[in-house]
Amino acid sequence: MADLVVLGDEAVALGAVHAGITAAYAYPGTPSTEILEYLRVHAARHGAPLASWTANEKTAYEAALGVAFAGRRALVAMKHVGLNVAADPFMNSALVDLHGGLVVAVADDPGMHSSQNEQDSRYYADFARVICLEPANAQEAYEMTREAFDLSERFRVPVVVRLVTRLAHSRGVITAAPPRDENPVRKPASPVSWILLPAHARRQWRALLDRQQAVRAYTAASRHNVLSLDDRELGVVTAGIGRNYYLENLDDLGFVPSHLHIGAYPVPAEAVRLLAGHVRRLLVIEDGYPYVERRLRGLIPPAVEIRGRESGHLPPDGELNPDLVRNALGLASRPGVELPGFVLPNRPPQLCQGCPHCDMFQAITRALDGYAESVVMSDIGCYTLGALPPYNAIESCVCMGASVGMAKGAADAGIHPVVAVIGDSTFLHSGFTPLMDAVAANTDMTLVILDNEVVAMTGGQPTLLPSSRIEPLLRGLGVDPDHLHVVQAHPRQVDAIADLIRRELEHRGLSVVIGVRECLETAKTKKQKIPEAVQV
Amino acid sequence: MTFDIILSGVGGQGVLSLSAIIAWSAMREGLHVKQSEVHGMSQRGGAVLANLRLADHEVASDLIPQGRASLVLSMEPLESLRYLRFLSPSGAVITSLNPVVNIPDYPDLDELVGHIRRLPRVILLDSERLARKAGSARASNMVIAGAASCLLPLKVETMEHFISTRFAAKGDPVVRQNLDAFHAGREAAAA
Ligand code: SF4
Repeated sequence: MADLVVLGDEAVALGAVHAGITAAYAYPGTPSTEILEYLRVHAARHGAPLASWTANEKTAYEAALGVAFAGRRALVAMKHVGLNVAADPFMNSALVDLHGGLVVAVADDPGMHSSQNEQDSRYYADFARVICLEPANAQEAYEMTREAFDLSERFRVPVVVRLVTRLAHSRGVITAAPPRDENPVRKPASPVSWILLPAHARRQWRALLDRQQAVRAYTAASRHNVLSLDDRELGVVTAGIGRNYYLENLDDLGFVPSHLHIGAYPVPAEAVRLLAGHVRRLLVIEDGYPYVERRLRGLIPPAVEIRGRESGHLPPDGELNPDLVRNALGLASRPGVELPGFVLPNRPPQLCQGCPHCDMFQAITRALDGYAESVVMSDIGCYTLGALPPYNAIESCVCMGASVGMAKGAADAGIHPVVAVIGDSTFLHSGFTPLMDAVAANTDMTLVILDNEVVAMTGGQPTLLPSSRIEPLLRGLGVDPDHLHVVQAHPRQVDAIADLIRRELEHRGLSVVIGVRECLETAKTKKQKIPEAVQV
Repeated sequence: MTFDIILSGVGGQGVLSLSAIIAWSAMREGLHVKQSEVHGMSQRGGAVLANLRLADHEVASDLIPQGRASLVLSMEPLESLRYLRFLSPSGAVITSLNPVVNIPDYPDLDELVGHIRRLPRVILLDSERLARKAGSARASNMVIAGAASCLLPLKVETMEHFISTRFAAKGDPVVRQNLDAFHAGREAAAA
């Protein structure tokens, strides 16, 4: 097949298509968004596979699991923190006997380019006792995703494909292989393994543990784990894209260290022991947490020194880069260009000029003016940028939907007034459930839903429900219609909205104000076009 | 041969399209290419950076090491100075002179340009004016691409071919405007 130029994310998507998936599900989240975007373009052109945005990562995962129950293959894609949301079905799906391949593509964000933490999904794979593949480039992303489906069916477990931002958003050339057909619909012969009653679950857990030996035999023999014994002093262990930074510097070293590359987990213990027996010192190069480094500590004799992110020879946080690895290998960085006497100001991201959120923030700030103590909880989206000057309008951003529950807690704790600010898509993702708590208790708080009719931060994906459905949804939930308002988020309305919010702050119970105006970026492009891979 | 390029600008300025012209042309000519892009939060009017690596052998790292870049291509003068540590002492900076002033502490433009001129190899372009003259104010990045074509290890025809193909769907006048902007940049850089 012809060579294609694709992002790492797109290589995963294409690998899944060529593995014969029937469906793919995702909630947008940087750096994983382009996986489903690619599949949606592909589906529009070729009529398959089904590629759906879902309410959140948990619903995405469960839909994919249902496809697997039907014996067909499904991909579910998310960013690292999305796996927290999907953790419940993920952990439990490791216990059922999968016979249709289920692959979880998770994009971690070391360095937190667009995230609130840098958690490492390899721990989740380990936690669930499932296989994890970690590509180092687009070609591997393509091949590993394909293989992940085979492994999922062979070992009857979900398989994690772990990406990091730098691979997800890096464009490279891949050579594709002929595609495989979809699986036919085939229900499990018996549903027993899928009904996780304690008696069944105990049996399934035991079966999963028994399968670990076969899984370890697989990673021991996998072509993604490569050991070469050379230098007797230094052994380098690389994982995923850590290898790229190592190879970048190899020529300057003047000798060839012994090297183990890990692309398939669980960590291949025997290869580690062979390497440790051959050298006196190990350097572990991995992006994310010191996951491999920690595993090594239990596997090899203490006489062999282990250096890495845990030991402090590489920084414990942030994204790896070729220079950090260079220094850890004992090489000095090359000089760059300097411009002494010039101090460069930062240029942080900011809300677009004229963004509807600006109007709502102004109104909220005005409404709160004069209160001795107030709190504005907020959430994940463009509007998180309301934390920065000139707005300084929000006081929290923790995880999807947290604004609503945290506002309830702050009100319960005795603060007045309390405001929660959340976008329409984030509200549908995870804000609805905590609002149920606030409705049930008639909590003294004011929820402001910023309805820009789109998932803006990730590039303008459609929200699951049109905005017009949010108000009836809230009515149905039991929000008092006298304290439920829909307003136009517009500069001309700021004073009126501020007055309205002020009145609702004084209402000692739950109020909801929905500010509606379309995101400017979406209005401009109306539909974001993602070009399919162009042939070279 | 390795030719590393740092591309910088402000979110929304077309830094990725600029990178795409060079990346596709390099691939056409049989070079190995890696392009690391910025998506997500910083695209909202923040500083954006792309790493583009061209080589006649396989490229290992997606990120350019310090002191290795042959070229900094910037859509914005302040941003042209943000990643100098990656620029090789023998490398060049090509930047637009047109500022995006969306921060309160943006330096005085004349002073800023004075600092840029202190760099050993630098080409400064009024890319907006040149683009407008070519008929499309949006083609600033084509002007920068044209200027870069003087220093890139690529044939100018390959880049022209890419621009023609890329804009073909929008009709001949748009193709013309973009090619004119490209040539205006090329001539300004050669002058
Ligand atoms: S992308 Fe849309 S929602 Fe986000 S800041 Fe810009 S206008 Fe506002």
